[in-house]
Amino acid sequence: MMLATVVGNLFATRKHPFFEGKSLLIVREQTPHGRAHGPTFLAVDRVSAGMGDRVLINKEGSGARLLFGGEEIPLQAVIVGVVEGVAMEESLQ
Amino acid sequence: MNLGTVIGTIWATQRHPSTAGLTFQLLRPESAAGQPFDRPIIAVDTVGAGVGERVFYVGAREAVIALRDVAEAPVDAAIVGIVEGIDERRSEVDK
Repeated sequence: MMLATVVGNLFATRKHPFFEGKSLLIVREQTPHGRAHGPTFLAVDRVSAGMGDRVLINKEGSGARLLFGGEEIPLQAVIVGVVEGVAMEESLQ
Repeated sequence: MNLGTVIGTIWATQRHPSTAGLTFQLLRPESAAGQPFDRPIIAVDTVGAGVGERVFYVGAREAVIALRDVAEAPVDAAIVGIVEGIDERRSEVDK
């Protein structure tokens, strides 16, 4: 899993039927220190995350399938939590 | 899943039978701000995306799942939607 920030919302009418009615958010990985890392990518939201939220993302296909009843789905990245805080041991940074 | 723009089409008559009928598009992976972040890739189209259109695609094993009526095929990226609009926080996207 990884930390990320929600930076956008995607609208699409023509799409694979699996995405019907699902919220597609644009996210960007974030280091625990809050720095953006890598390019933006897309994730399906399962926890009602909003723009600007710091979230927890599962970016692996079989984890994603578990969340959608074990079906074969064309999805890897799912937002599975809204992060309230990250505590780090300073001596270990 | 990532965003990208279709920049071309691939023709290949002689190909593995499991890919018969599939359309291969040349796709430039992009960030939400439209910045290319990788070399162009080849993705199978499942939504009728044309050259110049902004799309989103899924990679790895999940790409095959996106294909209708195909159980297994040597495909590692599939276009699964056409982008109509994006609401974004530009400062966050470009940072």
